[in-house]
Amino acid sequence: MPTVDHYLVLSGLLFCIGAFGLLTRRNAIGVLMSIELMFNSANINFISFSKFLTPQALTGQAFAVFVITIAAAEAAVGLAIVVLMYRNFDVVDVDYIDFMRW
Amino acid sequence: MGLAVFYILAAVILVSALFVVTLRNIFHSALMLIVCFFGVAGLYASLNADFLAAVQVLIYVGAVTILIIFAVMVTHQLSGKKIRQYNDQPVPAGLIIISLFLLFVVSLSKTGFEVVKSISSSPTVEGIGKALMTSYVLPFEVVSIVLLVALIGAIVIARKD
Amino acid sequence: MFELGGIFEAIGKWLNGFLPPVWVTIISAVITGLAVLGFLSLLALFLVWWERKISAHMQQRYGPMRTGWHGVLQTIADGVKLLQKEDLMPKDADRIVYFWAPIICFGAAFMAYLVVPFGKGIIVQDLNIGILYIIAITTFTVVSLLMAGWASNNKWALLGGMRSAAQIISYEVPLSLAIVGAVMLAQTLSMNGIVSAQAGGFWHWYVFREPLGFLVYYIAATAEANRTPFDIPEAEQELVAGFNIEYSGMKFAMFFLAEFVNMFTVSAIAVTLFFGGWQPLFSFLGFIPSWVWFMGKSLVSVFVLMWFRWTYPRIRVDQLMNFAWKFLLPLAFLNIILVGFGIVVFK
Repeated sequence: MPTVDHYLVLSGLLFCIGAFGLLTRRNAIGVLMSIELMFNSANINFISFSKFLTPQALTGQAFAVFVITIAAAEAAVGLAIVVLMYRNFDVVDVDYIDFMRW
Repeated sequence: MGLAVFYILAAVILVSALFVVTLRNIFHSALMLIVCFFGVAGLYASLNADFLAAVQVLIYVGAVTILIIFAVMVTHQLSGKKIRQYNDQPVPAGLIIISLFLLFVVSLSKTGFEVVKSISSSPTVEGIGKALMTSYVLPFEVVSIVLLVALIGAIVIARKD
Repeated sequence: MFELGGIFEAIGKWLNGFLPPVWVTIISAVITGLAVLGFLSLLALFLVWWERKISAHMQQRYGPMRTGWHGVLQTIADGVKLLQKEDLMPKDADRIVYFWAPIICFGAAFMAYLVVPFGKGIIVQDLNIGILYIIAITTFTVVSLLMAGWASNNKWALLGGMRSAAQIISYEVPLSLAIVGAVMLAQTLSMNGIVSAQAGGFWHWYVFREPLGFLVYYIAATAEANRTPFDIPEAEQELVAGFNIEYSGMKFAMFFLAEFVNMFTVSAIAVTLFFGGWQPLFSFLGFIPSWVWFMGKSLVSVFVLMWFRWTYPRIRVDQLMNFAWKFLLPLAFLNIILVGFGIVVFK
């Protein structure tokens, strides 16, 4: 049977892949997708801890519900911003949106 | 048997996640994201979290990815093949990520988890419901307010004036 | 006597006699998969013929009459014709996505039958998250429609795909909330559990406990199945055919079959959640096999869906969204509150 370390290494790898996408993507939608990957890696951690460390209390699973909710809210707001960006500036490139910089 | 299932799911998740961050066509990335989420749902099911597996498919595949695909379709002139999808820093980013992963592995190897002998799988729906309504009722209410604020915020931001 | 549940158990026992358990699991999985697939194909063939006959009779026509008795073989002839057709693919299509879209569409429709209780003991796998599983797995339909719309590289297909995705997502919210009422009453998500909770005569059915929930579910389910008056995605007259305009031959047939299978799925869920599933009307009618009750109720529900189609005109796309968000959603919330009060008051 896989141990807790298996799951933690998997979620670490997933987090790193997501972070790599976050750092290298220019398309704002691609950035959002990378963030969703990182949310998922956090959830894998929560649920594997819930199974292996506190199987009775279901703490990790309850928190995973919160994480999923926040991820949905983040996606909704993020994509609204992307659509607005596209409508006003005709780009979805995060490198371009830097005119609030001093 | 359990290990084989784990390795298959892990391979699906990691390969599709790699495609998500590297494919040039952003629509294909979104489809690969669906595969990745489905793999993660399978992982949840193997971790006695059947309710969360269903919620994962319902929320991520049914709502988040569909929203993303919508955004791709709305902005699709820009995500065509001719436009660069990456910035100029893949090498520094890769170095940072590899050192981050090494940090994970080191800290993981130095941490001893007190693994409890896990009991046989039981329905989790009731337990999660009770936990959300008793111990975590405050975070539950806060998160519902966050959701409401995000909903209204998204409408206000995306509305045409 | 004629209960089919016993037959499956007997086959399982017979296999267990001389095979190791792993093989029994694999063989029974393959057998049930093929059985459900065969059942759904036959059912879809029947439903296509039935819809044509019903529409014809509602318009004072006969419908198909030449092939077989009252045209029963018409769908088979059509199917053979579709199989023989050339499998066209648009020149600039996204080939992989174009190929997978109909398969995912049919697969999602098919996978929902993992937890549908056809009768007493006739259920592939009684998951304890049953109804949630169905809602989750059917979201893949939306994905497949978007894939088809995008991959066809055709603006009508893209518009149809986006419209249908927007519609299905919008109506999924009141649909899920309407299901919550039944789950609250039964205190379980398992499909068999919900059916058992409605045992003992038709006055125990949830349609009489929460008529509002049933109303919201049925309207939302009509939209989920892309049926008139909510058939904006296909709107022949406006969008040519919607997301499947570029599809032909076998791939088109898969979309077409999936549509009819989905129509039966929403009917089967309605019957399970609100009409007591395979429970008889009165308990003294229990000598009629449970699967006959289930199929009878489901087919009546399918008939009502067809009746809608040939009675109501299609509504506009803006009216569609307003109706879902400003009317059905508040009603679904009201239903949850009422059911909650009812449980507290009557227990």
